[in-house]
Amino acid sequence: MAGSPEPAPRGAPSFGAPSPPGGVLIPAADLARVVDRMAHQLIERVASSGSDLGLADLVLIGIPTRGAPLARRLAARVEAFSGTAVDAGTVDITLYRDDLRLRGVRALESTVLPTAGIDGRLVVLVDDVLYSGRSVRAALDALRDLGRPRAVQLAVLVDRGHRELPIRADYVGKNVPTSRSQQVRVHLTEVDGVDEVLVTEGEQL
Amino acid sequence: MTTYLITGARPYGEAAVDLLLADGRIAEVGAGLSSAAAEVVDAGGLVALPGLVDLHTHLREPGREDAETVETGSRAAALGGFTAVHAMANTDPVADTAGVVEQVWRLGTQAGLVDVVPVGAVTVGLRGERLAELGAMADSAARVRVFSDDGSCVSDPALMRRALEYVKAFDGVVAQHAEEPRLTAGAQMHEGDRSARLGLTGWPAAAEEAIIARDVLLAGHVGGRLHVCHVSTAGSVELLRWAKGRGVQVTAEVTPHHLLLTDECAETYDPVFKVNPPLRTTADVHALREGLADGTIDAVATDHAPHAVEDKESEWAQARPGMLGLQQALSVVVQTMLEPGLLDWRGVADRMSARPAAIGRLAGLGARSQGRPLAAGQPANLVLVDPAHRSVVDPAALASRSRNSPYAGRELPGRVVATFLRGEATVLDGKAVK
Amino acid sequence: MKRHLLEAADLDRGDATLVLDTAAQIDTALAGREVKKLPTLRGRTVVNLFYEDSTRTRISFELAAKRLSADVINFSAKGSSVSKGESLKDTALTLEAMGSDAIVVRHSASGAPHRLARWVRGSVVNAGDGTHEHPTQALLDAYTIRRRLGRLEGVRVAIVGDVLHSRVARSNVGLLHTLGAEVTLVAPPTLLPVGVGSWPVSVSYDLDAVLPKSDVVMMLRVQAERMNASFFPSAREYSRRYGLDAPRMAVLADDAIVMHPGPMNRGMEIAAEVADSVRSTIVEQVGNGVSVRMAVLYLLLGGNPTA
Repeated sequence: MAGSPEPAPRGAPSFGAPSPPGGVLIPAADLARVVDRMAHQLIERVASSGSDLGLADLVLIGIPTRGAPLARRLAARVEAFSGTAVDAGTVDITLYRDDLRLRGVRALESTVLPTAGIDGRLVVLVDDVLYSGRSVRAALDALRDLGRPRAVQLAVLVDRGHRELPIRADYVGKNVPTSRSQQVRVHLTEVDGVDEVLVTEGEQL
Repeated sequence: MTTYLITGARPYGEAAVDLLLADGRIAEVGAGLSSAAAEVVDAGGLVALPGLVDLHTHLREPGREDAETVETGSRAAALGGFTAVHAMANTDPVADTAGVVEQVWRLGTQAGLVDVVPVGAVTVGLRGERLAELGAMADSAARVRVFSDDGSCVSDPALMRRALEYVKAFDGVVAQHAEEPRLTAGAQMHEGDRSARLGLTGWPAAAEEAIIARDVLLAGHVGGRLHVCHVSTAGSVELLRWAKGRGVQVTAEVTPHHLLLTDECAETYDPVFKVNPPLRTTADVHALREGLADGTIDAVATDHAPHAVEDKESEWAQARPGMLGLQQALSVVVQTMLEPGLLDWRGVADRMSARPAAIGRLAGLGARSQGRPLAAGQPANLVLVDPAHRSVVDPAALASRSRNSPYAGRELPGRVVATFLRGEATVLDGKAVK
Repeated sequence: MKRHLLEAADLDRGDATLVLDTAAQIDTALAGREVKKLPTLRGRTVVNLFYEDSTRTRISFELAAKRLSADVINFSAKGSSVSKGESLKDTALTLEAMGSDAIVVRHSASGAPHRLARWVRGSVVNAGDGTHEHPTQALLDAYTIRRRLGRLEGVRVAIVGDVLHSRVARSNVGLLHTLGAEVTLVAPPTLLPVGVGSWPVSVSYDLDAVLPKSDVVMMLRVQAERMNASFFPSAREYSRRYGLDAPRMAVLADDAIVMHPGPMNRGMEIAAEVADSVRSTIVEQVGNGVSVRMAVLYLLLGGNPTA
């Protein structure tokens, strides 16, 4: 992504903006719409890229926990809008994290790749919140061990700013300038029983 | 020679009196004593006991002076309230000749803190093959009466029989380390639930009991005098009770650690708890306390066994067995026997002074007698104890050259405030005078 | 998880399950990959401190650590400062001064890893101590059983052979009990410890009676030297009464498996046709050992700052 030739998506975060007050950032009713819009952007971008990669080459790889169902939803919407079946999968990044010493061990999550693999394909990593960028970096490292995609892009539901690495999302559901003391929590029905995105005050875990 | 006037002490924990010590003897016992020349020791609230006698001490000299010397061991003994200790024979060279026992005896005299009474080896080099020159040791300046291969068992039954017979000639006693060696090859701890789980080779109670059973039969048969070292099992107590009931001349000792600690201590694999015989079960501990209370076990003996750091800070199996005991022996007896009411102070004095002195034949030596009662005219060997004091054991503060105390970090009752050997203070205000 | 893995009792049911689940995830993550390496423990140092020769266990730990990108130092007691009389404590402090984050220790003395754990700040993993425990072997055995049978709860495991001298047996008894399996020890009475009655197991002297009721038969190595100390009269008699041969294997339930921690004495406790049968998991156990040890190293070291 760092080398993406595309311009920054519209509505990129303006970090000078004031932090939003705590509360519901995206209610359930809007979340589906946000995902739909991201699906449309994906279809549009792939079609207009001018490369020989088409939607059939697309693989949506979710970063657990909530990136995984998000990737499946996006894949389903892309298929609904374009009529082309799209592969989805997950990649667990736990063993690639660089903050294990700081944050302690956690249980591993599954890595599931489409049977066709990822070699030569267009992989779009999907995560719920883009923050420091370290999860994405870990995911890129994991992908490198799993195969050699033709290109890798990034889709996130919420970009909350405060990047610590030169990483930028290609598809953003919503840009939310936040303060570091705030938390952005994405809830999805598959994991949490409800669809919503919340902003809360308080220390990051 | 200093004259001491001890005021307000309670002999055997009974009514407070004054004691005047002069010329090595207890000159007077009574209320309101005074003496212009005497140095006054205020013993208000303290219990006075006869000087303690240990039947079983390892002083390590000659051979392992890095672990203990006669002098450092004597100091630890005096600080523990002892006025006499029996120095075990497993030194290097082994105390199996008149020359070695006299050397130990001389070193003890030079240190001058307790009477160091050498124990002679039963067999040459502790090898269990042929008798050492027991008579020569008995006739030497060291006047040996207790013979032991402690550390090794005299396992050959014919040799043990001969030893029990032979020592009758000079009223000696064979102190047996009861351990059937074929049953304890490689043994590391008490054989039971814990050894099974910890994967440490077991030391079965039967290995001790089998030897005791054999030896009391032999002692009864030949009419010799048998003493059983560091009895550690309930079964041993039963055997001793049976033998005494039959009139066998057998006596026995128990260590402070076997009265307090159990094989649970091995759970940490810290070899400070490795000892031979091993720490046993709670049931054994209770049987030993009862045996000591009813006199089946005659004496408390420390088996004070100093070891250099490198011999203990290692893997359990590589470590040497044994633990320090001199300075905490009385405290452990106070905790395990006095406080639960199993013995009163007279009982404590009997098991830690009178009986061990009698077993070692130290009670009839005139002015040099040990284990005599607190009474006018007796040698002034006594100890003043503060029974109310409680403190946490700090191995670094012990007088021994070694640090392998199993009581480290444990709070124990009682403190030796002063010890007198034939009228001279060896300990005052809880500190050794030299 | 505790900082050290010294014995099976260090793992409660949750911890033990976490290790097995993590191993399974690692297996899946690495399955079919060309690059069987993860960056997880980059910059960490794992020391294999082996006072006993055990090539297979050392290699298994070495591979596990290397697949997690840790630096690995193999320190064999032979030909080192240890053979010149250096104490375990001095060796431990030296290794720690060199910056080791974990020490994997194999030692002939029971409890040596416990001692080590008191002297170092890093993690200590017991790779077998005397006749005490070998917890990672038990973990890989449990992992193998779960993979083959799909569960551990209620699985009936017969552990057969020299229980008295076996650290594998002790660890398996503890871990399998924690995980809900039912263990029966089968051995001549001389090869069961006094005190086995306090273990959470059934005990039998009759292999033929136990086999039909077993889902797993775990054969222990029996050293022929034991007969010199009269633990049993002869290798032949031992093999006849407690060896697993083809006729005995035939009475096992259809999906029952046969395990052995290795190295095997073919013809003594296990017949060649049993060892090589489809029921045998012996080769599988070796492979699972690497995954399980990766899981252990990850869980002990991954989030355990030693600085």
